[in-house]
Amino acid sequence: MRAALERVRSVAVLPAVAIGLALVVGAVIMILSSPLVGGFDLTLPLTAYQALAVGAFGSGNALVSTLVNATPLVLAGLAVGIGFKAGLFNIGAQGQFLIGALSATIVAIALNGASPAVAIPLSLLAGMAGGLAWGFVPGFLKAFTGAHEVVTTIMLNFVAIQIVSYVISGPLRGAEVTFARTDNIVAGELPILIGRDGHLGLLLAAVAVPAAWWLLYRSTIGFEIRTVGANPDAARYGGMQPKWITVLAMSVCGLLAGTAGAGEILGEVGYMPASYGTTVGFDAIAVALLGRAHPVGILFAGLLFGGMQAGAGLMQVQAGIPVQMVSVLQAVILFFLAAELIVRRVLRIRAPGTGVEAELETVSRSYGEQTSL
Amino acid sequence: MRGITKRYPGVLANDGIDLDVRQGEIHALLGENGAGKSTLMNILYGLAVPDAGEILLDGKPVTISGPHDAIDQGISMVHQHFMLVPVLSVAENILLGEEPMAGRVFLDRAGSHRRIRELGERFGWEIDPDKPVGSLSVGWQQRVEILKALYRNARVLVLDEPTAVLTPQETREIFGVLRALRAEGYAIIFISHKLYEVLEVADRITVIRRGKVVGSRIPAETNEDDLAELMVGRNVQLTVDRGESHPGEPTLVVEDLKARDDRGHEVVHDVSFEVRAGEIFGIAGVAGNGQDELVEAIVGLRHAAGGHVTLDGRNVTGASPRHLHQQGLAFVPGDRHRFGLVLTFPLTDNLVLNDYYHTPFANGLQRNDEAIEANAEEAVEKYDVRTPSTTVTAGTLSGGNQQKVVVAREFEGTLKLLVLDQPTRGLDVGSIEFIHRQAIARRDSGVAILLVSAELDEVLELSDRIGVMFRGRMVAVLDGRSVDREAVGLLMATGGRGGGTQPQTIEESA
Amino acid sequence: MDAIFDIPVIGVLIQFVVYVIAALPVVAPTIAAAATPIALGAMCGFMNERSGVVNIGIEGMMLTAAFVAWWSASLAAQVVPNVGIGVLGITLPLVIGLTTAILAAMAVSAVHAWLSITVRADQIISGTIINIFAVGITGYLNLLISKQSPPSAGQFQPLQLPGVLEDVPVLGFLLDSLIGVGPIGLTMLISVIVLQVLLFRSRWGLRTRAVGEHPKAAETVGIDVIRLRYRNVIGGGVFAGLAGAYLTIEFGSAFQGEMTAGRGFIALAALIFGRWTPVGAFGAALLFTASIGLERSIRFAPPEGQLGEWLTAVPLQFYGALPYLITIIVLAGVVGRSLAPAAVGRPYERESKAA
Repeated sequence: MRAALERVRSVAVLPAVAIGLALVVGAVIMILSSPLVGGFDLTLPLTAYQALAVGAFGSGNALVSTLVNATPLVLAGLAVGIGFKAGLFNIGAQGQFLIGALSATIVAIALNGASPAVAIPLSLLAGMAGGLAWGFVPGFLKAFTGAHEVVTTIMLNFVAIQIVSYVISGPLRGAEVTFARTDNIVAGELPILIGRDGHLGLLLAAVAVPAAWWLLYRSTIGFEIRTVGANPDAARYGGMQPKWITVLAMSVCGLLAGTAGAGEILGEVGYMPASYGTTVGFDAIAVALLGRAHPVGILFAGLLFGGMQAGAGLMQVQAGIPVQMVSVLQAVILFFLAAELIVRRVLRIRAPGTGVEAELETVSRSYGEQTSL
Repeated sequence: MRGITKRYPGVLANDGIDLDVRQGEIHALLGENGAGKSTLMNILYGLAVPDAGEILLDGKPVTISGPHDAIDQGISMVHQHFMLVPVLSVAENILLGEEPMAGRVFLDRAGSHRRIRELGERFGWEIDPDKPVGSLSVGWQQRVEILKALYRNARVLVLDEPTAVLTPQETREIFGVLRALRAEGYAIIFISHKLYEVLEVADRITVIRRGKVVGSRIPAETNEDDLAELMVGRNVQLTVDRGESHPGEPTLVVEDLKARDDRGHEVVHDVSFEVRAGEIFGIAGVAGNGQDELVEAIVGLRHAAGGHVTLDGRNVTGASPRHLHQQGLAFVPGDRHRFGLVLTFPLTDNLVLNDYYHTPFANGLQRNDEAIEANAEEAVEKYDVRTPSTTVTAGTLSGGNQQKVVVAREFEGTLKLLVLDQPTRGLDVGSIEFIHRQAIARRDSGVAILLVSAELDEVLELSDRIGVMFRGRMVAVLDGRSVDREAVGLLMATGGRGGGTQPQTIEESA
Repeated sequence: MDAIFDIPVIGVLIQFVVYVIAALPVVAPTIAAAATPIALGAMCGFMNERSGVVNIGIEGMMLTAAFVAWWSASLAAQVVPNVGIGVLGITLPLVIGLTTAILAAMAVSAVHAWLSITVRADQIISGTIINIFAVGITGYLNLLISKQSPPSAGQFQPLQLPGVLEDVPVLGFLLDSLIGVGPIGLTMLISVIVLQVLLFRSRWGLRTRAVGEHPKAAETVGIDVIRLRYRNVIGGGVFAGLAGAYLTIEFGSAFQGEMTAGRGFIALAALIFGRWTPVGAFGAALLFTASIGLERSIRFAPPEGQLGEWLTAVPLQFYGALPYLITIIVLAGVVGRSLAPAAVGRPYERESKAA
């Protein structure tokens, strides 16, 4: 028991320090920009952080709101994290999310007259399939043409935006709507499980975490994925097929991100606008990095960022701080994580075993080489 | 160099080493792999900073904090692993850092070409300054490395294992160059672990073992056994007696095998040979003559462009590594960090790297952690792997122990064919001995063994039959007992075309 | 001509080709204008990657520079006299805006350099951090500032050709399309040529190439790898600064959240397509932005007949997606991935200073 606690402590200490330092930096930024908010105010950060915390955890509703915000972050975070384990940088979670959302929407609208028992599962499956396809493409390209997934996934993100815009402004445009959006989804709407907004998606996310853990650490496929991520040449030597594992890993990532998208539309928003603005895909990267690409870490990181998002609205209202501050905080947290060696040395923290560095090394290294996948 | 001490995490690489070298002297630094010779020279060249000790030139202490200081002091180094940029030309590589300029910004192309040619002529080498270094043969790259070191006004020249990848003939030529440089007054430090070379060319020999100087000798007053004992610290049998082999039926039959390299050039041309059960077939050859691609084609890591491979009567041409493994093929790869191990994984995982998917290590999709652990405990015990536990990552082990892990994995199970590629490269004598003995034991139990090594001595020591590869062809198959070292060296260098005249013009690799 | 167009399949193709050729002079300025930030971004990437440092944060650097240029020019316009030199629309506030933008981009590059070179963190993550931070901070500040509706400082003006030259046959057309650019655009053209020459003929170019391919070899001949990388990465920031500033003080005159819209990544793809050479990257940038010109042309002056109907029936989102699709196809098809500087992406450990 002590050994386990010790391990948790050594792994969690660095993210905790990074978060703390980020809050400090965020406070400094707020103080410096307070003239723009309403006048120079040294206590602005306190007001802001307090609002943030209350909005995240301060009440039953807040907690549910945090869970609801965390759901897509956890799912998409797993999408990025599994990619890391496979030596891939999945920046395409954003596009996979959108295509998953779109696919689910298409099926849901088509089945709007059917019964929920039919519409919900089919819509969710459609979302998974759409996301899977959008993950399959860069995976396939990386495996068989060497096109580095960092650039292809980003490109596909932009293509996804265009596809969504076209489909919803055109064929799927609602009947009597005031701006470009679909009709409301009725049959496919996810049932509420807790509170006001806690929908079925929460359950999906809660199931996805242990499933991802089992996949990566207890199954042979997970061993293959991790081996390809750590050393593709050794994987080939061991009889594995790195090309197909890459495709599989990216497809799984796409599936998870697509589920996140489907869950958001079917459970939270209820329809899909043509210009669906969301930063989930990029937040997911931060979640995966903060959670050190481990399913449990991603769960906690997702909850943290979900809380921050839930509280951001209250922060904007009570302290006048725009919600973009959350992105700033995320980036700074990541910065301190990345600078971990320096942080360690300064604060004399010992290193735990291996972190996510090995897989990340493969990501950067494969950028320039023709890795023999 | 006086009292040089250098500590790395976990190991005392240099412990109070004293070394002096005179003008016009070839001083050899002898020691086995890992003894600390390279560390000492890195300190001299500024690639490492000593924890204690000082360096004196002409009696005056100097501080060397980087290669630029070393170069300023007149120290030049030819490195063990070539420090050449493949895509740059010969001229660009040699002149890098000391570029002749036309004005403040632009390079003086014509001037640099002229200077390179002049430099080459001193040794009778005709240099083409514009050729990209990556297209040169290994021997020519070595010459470029030497020119690079000589281009600057150097007084001290350090050569780190310069003959590692050369044929006996090329080695003799390099020795001639060194003697000429000695006559010009250079102080030359020559690092090696090869006893006969050191005896042949050095004026003085300093032996280093485990970071300490254990003795200094003059070649006339010593011999190989004496030096070997100094190097290793005990009376060591440097070669293992392999005994008689009792070969059976051919296990591996390779017929007219063709293979291409990564750039698409055919580098293995119609190679045919066979390896019988209970014998060791060694392939000798200078590195880069197609051996890597040949081995990869046999073990399924490279597509064969033509020909057949038969294992135990079954056609396995183009089979996948997994299929071959299931048919009884085991492979100890030449690059253990790249192919043989996943350095960030624990030993337990590494030991089931090619068996993880079936019983007892997995039931269907789920892995069986107990079985994997038990297997690791057994392997570590049996193969004497020095490690604090089976769950440490492979990267924390020493080179010798890492190789033992690979050997522990590959040498077990029902084997028909064992392929060994550079199995003891960079290992200490103890590990080398261990692995050689294990190989012979497997041979005696009926396994067919294919050995590929750039160390000619290893091939001669272990092989019952020897094949020589030159420019992608198997140019000869010789009997291991009656073979003549010089003859093999000649075959390795010239492919048996007869005549030993050195090629004078820069030539491309195969 | 119409008769040829009526031939079944080939006729349509010919008509398309003729149409494109005819449309080129009209849309060339559009293409050149759109290619400028991408080419500049590619120059930034070039300085980084040729030295061995991966930089996917060009997008964030550009965004930061765009914001800083706009805001500081706006502030300067309120404080400093609006004097200009009468050419190319250069005024003091705009110059201040440009300078601060470049400095900001250099500062961000310094962070990337520090993380990548000294801390030896993963370079792709470092770039991602920059991107996320840039989106966050610029959005944050933009929202706060917009409440006060700051005035715009205007924008740089493109060079105007004297009317006489325009009528000269071929040369006139070329000059018209290419030189219809403002100061930043001109700087881009000059930079491309200068960097190309320097890469292969100067000492800096040779050492940079060596460091990007085999830093250990460079170190052993006495080159300070770390310092060279730092200088190149921060130098690259200059171009990212120009690229971002272009968007808000030459091409446009206002800032919008996330306005870079992936240009930084397209710049990276242009660099790869152009085989890590400045001229190649510039050509690739033109190719990528050609689709924008095509879209504009089809929207306002579609070809006649069948071809016209088909082309206008294609949803405009397709043209919006075209640059990105081209990038993917190029990446997938370009075999030259193996031509990347060999040491790119790998942090360099210098043993000599390690105590």
